[in-house]
Amino acid sequence: MKPTHLEIQRMLTGSQWREQIFKVTALLMLSIALLTLAVLLIDAFVDGVGRLRWSFLTSFPSRKPEQAGILSALVGTVYMMILTGIFALPVGVGAAIYLEEYTKHQGISKIIEVNIANLAGVPSIIYGLLGLELFVRAMAFDRSLLSGSLTMALLVLPIIIISSREAIRTVPPSIREASYALGASRWQTIWNQVLPLAFPGILTGSILAFSRAIGEAAPLITIGALTYIAFLPDSLLAPFTAMPIQIFNWVSRPQKGFHENAAAAIIVLLVVLLLMNALAVYLRQRYQKKVYL
Amino acid sequence: MSFRQVKKSRVGEGIIHAVLFLCGILSVFTTLGIVAVLIFETGEFFREVSILEFLTDTQWTPLFADKHFGILPLVSGTFLTSFIAILMAMPIGLLSAIYLSEYASQNIRKAVKPILEILAGIPTVVYGYFALLFVTPLLQTLIPSLSGFNALGPGIVMGIMIIPMVSSLSEDAMYAVPQSLREGAYALGSSKLQVALRVVVPAAFSGIAASLLLAVSRAIGETMIVAIACGQQPRLTLNPFVPIETMTAYIVQVSLGDTPTGTIEFKTIFAVGMMLFVITLILNLLSQWLRERFREQYG
Repeated sequence: MKPTHLEIQRMLTGSQWREQIFKVTALLMLSIALLTLAVLLIDAFVDGVGRLRWSFLTSFPSRKPEQAGILSALVGTVYMMILTGIFALPVGVGAAIYLEEYTKHQGISKIIEVNIANLAGVPSIIYGLLGLELFVRAMAFDRSLLSGSLTMALLVLPIIIISSREAIRTVPPSIREASYALGASRWQTIWNQVLPLAFPGILTGSILAFSRAIGEAAPLITIGALTYIAFLPDSLLAPFTAMPIQIFNWVSRPQKGFHENAAAAIIVLLVVLLLMNALAVYLRQRYQKKVYL
Repeated sequence: MSFRQVKKSRVGEGIIHAVLFLCGILSVFTTLGIVAVLIFETGEFFREVSILEFLTDTQWTPLFADKHFGILPLVSGTFLTSFIAILMAMPIGLLSAIYLSEYASQNIRKAVKPILEILAGIPTVVYGYFALLFVTPLLQTLIPSLSGFNALGPGIVMGIMIIPMVSSLSEDAMYAVPQSLREGAYALGSSKLQVALRVVVPAAFSGIAASLLLAVSRAIGETMIVAIACGQQPRLTLNPFVPIETMTAYIVQVSLGDTPTGTIEFKTIFAVGMMLFVITLILNLLSQWLRERFREQYG
């Protein structure tokens, strides 16, 4: 039976209603996600801003919440990230160069690629178990700064390799061909032409990888990093603590005073992350200018 | 260049090649290291505990005098929180993805995507704080019987954390659906909604499924939110209102204590870690396989 004119009109308005309802629902869902982010940030800020003062940054943890500070955690995090960078950057960039410039999608490099993709999906706490057996026990570095940063280096390595490869891939082949044409060797081409061009991109990716690592607590807790440290690490083999561990410790206590400390430490941690991300964005923009000029 | 210089530089090139190869192969050794450590310690564990007990006993009490080694309570805790998380993240993530891919203007899309990504970059201890001290008290005003430690609050917060994994990967998949498919559907008289739900979503299905699997895998491996806000009480239940413990939270609990190395309590974390590793690996491989199929379709 052919629908009448009225029936067609009703079907059309009905479907227009559905269109609108769906569109509004979808927009609502998106807003929920964005709103939660805002609520989360505001909540931490409101809870913690009262405790935020200079002495909070320069004091050691204490049994009295109002006297406690994050000095040892902040310094521990900074030391650990510097060491992680020293360990992970050269190896990560080296691996990326190998995969991009030396072999492409064949034999062993195919295995390495699949392996890196899978490593990036391994839960961070599993890296902690590896670090515990390998660095803490087998190499007897104990629960030290060295064990922590080596574990973190293994954790960020896949991310650094993946982002460095992307950066190296953006260097046009014509640059390499010109270099070879002038008689440069493969390594001379990579060192003098490819790396300088890819460097800002590598740096941007690495900063983002490290900002991931700064917030990681699970692997450090697993290798046995301490939660209460009232001194600064003075050697590679000294025990240490880090910002996320300190926050975890304070959240886990029942007293409200420590919860405020945790919120204040969260603000500090988020500010550090914000600065690192801003640096990454800044570098990316400079980099883009350079390539197209 | 003299002959000697060329020869010297060839040797140098060879050394550099070898060093770079070692850098690349290190990641393979990392995987081998993880597998070796887990297999070795889990093997030690199963010398003292039967696999049958591990997989079927309904109690997990390795830290008590009366020891039971049934991993089921930890597995149920993990799946309960992950299930709540994906229940939360799936509608929000998918509808956001559809909105961004099919409805939003280029400018909104460009502005909103990075903001969504921030959700994935926030440290998980921060989410743990949020789950314990904001979401759970808020839920308690709605559900008075809700315990201060529970699976619901952390599950919801974990869901928020994995939204960008769902939305971003699915959006990429939907955005990659060729414009000609949409135009064909419009030419046949479809509305925008019909195009989105009956053409774009099915065409991007394997990418969407891959993103969901990856998000579940991330939720299962997530540690700090559940360690802070779930209560560390292994309990074989699907009740989201009572304290539970996940596999990851158990590893944290043992690591925080003074469990001497070499004891059976110490070995349990590797057996639990093995379980966790196997489950997440399977999910990740499935997700990769789906994504590769998807790439073949429109590559």
